[in-house]
Amino acid sequence: MPEVLVSETAPMPVLEDTSLETRLASSRGVFDRVRSLSGVGDVSTEQLNIVEEVLLRSDVGVAMTNSVLDELKTNGAPDGIAAALRTILINSFGGDRSVRTSADADRVAVWLFVGVNGVGKTTTIGKLAKQNHDQGRSVLLAAGDTFRAAAADQLEQWATRSGAEIVRATEGADPGSVVHDAIGRAKARGIDIVLADTAGRRANSSNLLDELAKVRRVADREPGEVVETLLVLDATTGQNALSQAREFLAAANVTGIVLTKLDGTARGGIVVAIERDLGIPVKFVGVGEGVDDLIVFEPHAFVDSLLGA
Amino acid sequence: MFDALSERLDRLSTSLRSKGRLNDADLDEALADVRSALLEADVELGVVRAFLDAVRERLSGEVLSQSLSPGQQVIKAVHEQLIEVLGATPLKVTYASKPPTVVLLAGLQGAGKTTTAAKLANWFKQQGRQPYLIAADLQRPAAVEQLRVLGAQVGVDVFSEPSSPVDVARKGISEASRLGRDVVIIDTAGRLAIDQALMDEVRAISDATSPHYTFLVIDAVTGQDAVHTARSFHDVLELSGLIVTKLDYDARGGAVLSARGVVGRPVVFASSGEKMADFDLFYPDRMASRILGMGDVLSLIEQAERTMDADVVAESAGRMMSGTFTLDDFLAQLNQVRRMGSLGGIMKLMPGVTKEMRSAANNIDDGEVARVEAIVRSMTPQERRDPAIIDGSRRTRIARGSATSVAAVNQLLKQFTEMRKMMRQMGNGSMPSMPGGLGRMASMAARGAKNTDALPAGFEALGAGMANAAASRGGKNKKKKGGRVTPPKQR
Repeated sequence: MPEVLVSETAPMPVLEDTSLETRLASSRGVFDRVRSLSGVGDVSTEQLNIVEEVLLRSDVGVAMTNSVLDELKTNGAPDGIAAALRTILINSFGGDRSVRTSADADRVAVWLFVGVNGVGKTTTIGKLAKQNHDQGRSVLLAAGDTFRAAAADQLEQWATRSGAEIVRATEGADPGSVVHDAIGRAKARGIDIVLADTAGRRANSSNLLDELAKVRRVADREPGEVVETLLVLDATTGQNALSQAREFLAAANVTGIVLTKLDGTARGGIVVAIERDLGIPVKFVGVGEGVDDLIVFEPHAFVDSLLGA
Repeated sequence: MFDALSERLDRLSTSLRSKGRLNDADLDEALADVRSALLEADVELGVVRAFLDAVRERLSGEVLSQSLSPGQQVIKAVHEQLIEVLGATPLKVTYASKPPTVVLLAGLQGAGKTTTAAKLANWFKQQGRQPYLIAADLQRPAAVEQLRVLGAQVGVDVFSEPSSPVDVARKGISEASRLGRDVVIIDTAGRLAIDQALMDEVRAISDATSPHYTFLVIDAVTGQDAVHTARSFHDVLELSGLIVTKLDYDARGGAVLSARGVVGRPVVFASSGEKMADFDLFYPDRMASRILGMGDVLSLIEQAERTMDADVVAESAGRMMSGTFTLDDFLAQLNQVRRMGSLGGIMKLMPGVTKEMRSAANNIDDGEVARVEAIVRSMTPQERRDPAIIDGSRRTRIARGSATSVAAVNQLLKQFTEMRKMMRQMGNGSMPSMPGGLGRMASMAARGAKNTDALPAGFEALGAGMANAAASRGGKNKKKKGGRVTPPKQR
């Protein structure tokens, strides 16, 4: 048996970039840099370059970044480039952000949670269960993720923690029937709101999306009414988030986004493009691991953090 | 994206060709497009810059090749540079002289650590090892339970106890020694984001267990933040390599390049799906094509996998490689390929398909495929097995039976003979007349032939699909007018 465990067959190629650290450092607080360049009226190439860098590093994406740059070039910056940029970004969050918590008479309000694997769906449900409970609503959780090993166990722990009831089935059971049972139980017990988990699925598989569409139909049938379909997105996700949003919008008629993991260094800029291109409003953001760290989305605060202000 | 990038670079071609040499201004223009492509693929901005500098160095002053358009030459240089960067310093997994070999997995929450732990255990098992899993993620509710379920699926025992992560890891290793297991995989807790507590915990586990390998599990859909994650973990743990997950998503996976760029450690494994078997060594060439959006071979494979009947394909593939491919096999494969979607759509997914081939692919008439099927079905079993016996009178009968013409039958037979010849070459691993991408696929297919389980079934049929698509192209002038134009498949 050889003792050497790692054998390097060639030296590291050119990509090792010693100045990267410096570049990363320089990317922080770029809003200040933009601000310091603030002239009134026209925008300089240097300013545009900095704006481009800020936006690209925040995962806003090439297309959206170019469109913002064009807008800056066309409209100029009468109050300085920082203010102009801020205005453009805030204006792109024009959607209706209200959250429905009640259904029509005689029906049970259902929040359906959708998204790819690992974005924090189950945790998000746990936190929102607690918050709904604290706001005086009775909550029932539907463990509709019958695919991932132990997903229902994870949700059950949240149910215990948040004082909610839970309906679960065995692994591999039909998620539609779990949701159906949950709504039936909620109706019988006069529960205010059902939070339904679904299995994480990749957005480019039509079979899985069809299944999701079916779960949504089941949930929206009497006595249930889907009042919110929330797409959970991970702020560290890059450009793929846009395609996730597009696919889930088509399959499940998404009404809002929960942007999780915003407490790290990732800025989640892709939601700018999602709201502007697809018109899906961000409704909640996750800024920490505590139950109360899931908060209502506020465009001004988000844009400021996006720009590193 | 490949369409957009390669078309933009094609436009560039005309202006460059006359000059015979790439100058700085031309390069600026070409590389600006490459830059957009890389950023769209989520490669981190700093890494993009460093990468483009390297490509520029590679290309500047280079004499333009006669056989490639300048745009193609740029793509080729970018692609080669990507492969070089992604594939350099490959990690050879060797085993500790005093077992067990300890493997530590680290990463953010949601990257897929727990699933990866089980998949890795399965992989080691396939290598003839006796792996043992340790669930040291005591943070996330039910993480231990999840690993137990997955461990049971792959038949690997899982150790855990409700103490501290360090104790679990330490006891797990002595338990593994006691049981005579030679590889231990430790699953650690992730956090939502890098924080001190996470780093302290994983460092403590690392210090207590002195792992032989420490892998960072990174998610292919990650954006610009990948560098930050990779760097933070590398500073604390001295990573030996990366494992990229969620390659089954349609993300282009630039995060892999970002992480590779800052950590300078190889990407060792790639994980691509929900099944335990969707896990393999990392192939830089596949990743390079994917980042550039140059023909998504992977999604093609998946598409093939989902729709193809593995038995049918495997059976005829074996005969194909040995050169005893018959018209029956041809028909079976034709049907398999048809189930994957329109030929035009498939063509769009293939790498190495030129603009001309792509536009031809859009004109491929699926009705033509039906005609080919009619011709083959009008042959006797004996004729299908041995087309050489088809003489003039048989040809007339077949043409009548299929409501086509003798010319059409002749054309099909000629194409079939050529294809069989090509397949034989493919079996030998050489395919000189095909463009780069196809040559690569052919050699991959050849690899697959030797190592039956390594490559998903369906690869071989694609060769057939290609040959057939090319065949249809030959006849398109006649058919085009009345034929249905296949719309390009949505990607």
